[in-house]
Amino acid sequence: MNRPATAPAVIHLRDATIGYGDVPIVRGADLTVGPGEAVAVLGSNGSGKTTLARGLLGLAAVLGGDVELLGAPVGRLSHRPPAQRGRVGYVPQRHSVTGAVPATVREVVGVGRLAHLGLFRRLGAADRAAVTDAVAAVGLADRLDDPVAALSGGQQRRVLVARALAAEPELLIMDEPTAGVDAASQEALAGVLARVSSGGTTLVVVTHETAPLAGVLTRAVVVDHGRISYDGPLLPGHTLDEPDPHHHPHDTAPRGYRMDQPTVTTRRGGSAEQGR
Amino acid sequence: MDILDYDFMQRALLASLMVGLVAPAVGVFLVQRRLSLLGDGLGHVALTGVAVGVLTATSPVWTALVAAVLGAVLIELVRARGRTSGDVALAVLFYGGIAGGVVLLSLAPRGQATNLDSYLFGAITTTSTEDVAVFAGIALVVLATVALLGHRLYAVSDDEEYARAVGLPVLALNVVLAALVAATVVLSMRVVGLLLISALMIVPSAIAQLLARSFRTTLALACVVGLVVSVAGTTTSFYAGTPSGGTIVLLAIALFLLVTTGVTVRDATARRRHRRRTDVHDAHPHEHGEGCGHQPVFHGDHVDYDHDGHLHAPHLTGTGIHYDEHGSDAAPVHRPGKGAAR
Repeated sequence: MNRPATAPAVIHLRDATIGYGDVPIVRGADLTVGPGEAVAVLGSNGSGKTTLARGLLGLAAVLGGDVELLGAPVGRLSHRPPAQRGRVGYVPQRHSVTGAVPATVREVVGVGRLAHLGLFRRLGAADRAAVTDAVAAVGLADRLDDPVAALSGGQQRRVLVARALAAEPELLIMDEPTAGVDAASQEALAGVLARVSSGGTTLVVVTHETAPLAGVLTRAVVVDHGRISYDGPLLPGHTLDEPDPHHHPHDTAPRGYRMDQPTVTTRRGGSAEQGR
Repeated sequence: MDILDYDFMQRALLASLMVGLVAPAVGVFLVQRRLSLLGDGLGHVALTGVAVGVLTATSPVWTALVAAVLGAVLIELVRARGRTSGDVALAVLFYGGIAGGVVLLSLAPRGQATNLDSYLFGAITTTSTEDVAVFAGIALVVLATVALLGHRLYAVSDDEEYARAVGLPVLALNVVLAALVAATVVLSMRVVGLLLISALMIVPSAIAQLLARSFRTTLALACVVGLVVSVAGTTTSFYAGTPSGGTIVLLAIALFLLVTTGVTVRDATARRRHRRRTDVHDAHPHEHGEGCGHQPVFHGDHVDYDHDGHLHAPHLTGTGIHYDEHGSDAAPVHRPGKGAAR
């Protein structure tokens, strides 16, 4: 009964197989992440790094082994157990937040509070304050009531970060937060993550370029062909020189989206599949 | 007001008032979710319900409600299983529903009122007192649900994956939304008709989107637009002797075209004005900067300069610098590549 008094793991994978349908993408993954760690999940396109993160989020299926988050198992594409609700923040790999219907920055970020509120409760004063703080943290305080479609691409990504921050999560999972984002937004993001991390939030950042966040992330998990091939300190050599998967020539820009600056150059052969 | 002398018109106007208010309140979420045609599919399914009602001599409103809600729940479950795409599931529902309705209605004994047209396209004379009572109940339930769950429905419609990742009950919310759509379809079956209701869910939202800046105002504005076109269309159909559903929808589409044109003209005028002012300020005697005498104003990600009550934003182009007008309230109309200095 007397176990060593270590803090319980935030993420715990034991021989985990994660995939879609019946198709395994990540196999035999063992990984333990403690509270407050800042982990980069690295790998080339199609390596399975995004699938690993999506498995943690319940967005990809756990086909074998154990995947535990905050002490509770992640089900098979099912709802989060109550123990995890509102404690996990997620910044998806999306270029923009522009839905079909206009919405203000305040409205989009307000969604981040909902997981705390059960099914019927409305946003209270504390929730509204958390929204304002999160938007201020990403440097968009003066755009609170602007329609998201009026913002630049980099700013829209920051809105998605603010939405995750508004949840005040214990674990923040981000998928390619720096890809296709202008330099100013990358810097802003690094600053925000440094603050969040020093506040004790566990960070998991799926990325193929560690340079913009090198000061924040301390541990690297490299995924190669569906297996974890390296787990240790983040070294400068881990900046993978990969074609940016977000710069497909066929990418159509949603209404209102415009790139601030193309910061990442695309090498040829960018049609490699992504999103797995 | 001779239109209100007729009992059937009083009932039709009441029904059109309710459907006009309710349909866009649900439709905005469908538009956001890019599932605009769900209402259409459920209208088809409701037709099977109508046929069952006619065959069993029960009120078709109730049987349609049961069929549409069952169809709605079914399609969400199919979508959640993920094997069939929502697209295909919708198509199967679509054609199965209307085929079932037509075949079943043809089995009805001769002499029974099976006026297919009035169900499909709406007819103002068909609303019974019992219908109005049922519709009022449906309208109340739908509006209360939207008021209570609106923010969650928005969250799921906007970014389903995020909602699932953070632990919102996505499937339940999707089923609720689909059930709301089903109820709205049935609410519409007397005045607008099962084939046309989708238009009254979508078009007011499309109009409101052009004018509003937030989701909340889009929702409110869409309801107002829906209410106005629905009541106006019903009134017009009384005097013109046209089917109410088609009249309402044509009115809504006319309004949509009008607003689209208005917004386009407004934007073009703003661009022209911008260009004109650019000409004036090309002759600006100095470049704004520290100590130029004009008050710097932080505006989003850049600095404007207060120039006698209007804001100047430095805009560097290949040919030099000019100053864009950035109003303090309105969103700056500034399209890259257009209106640049000559």
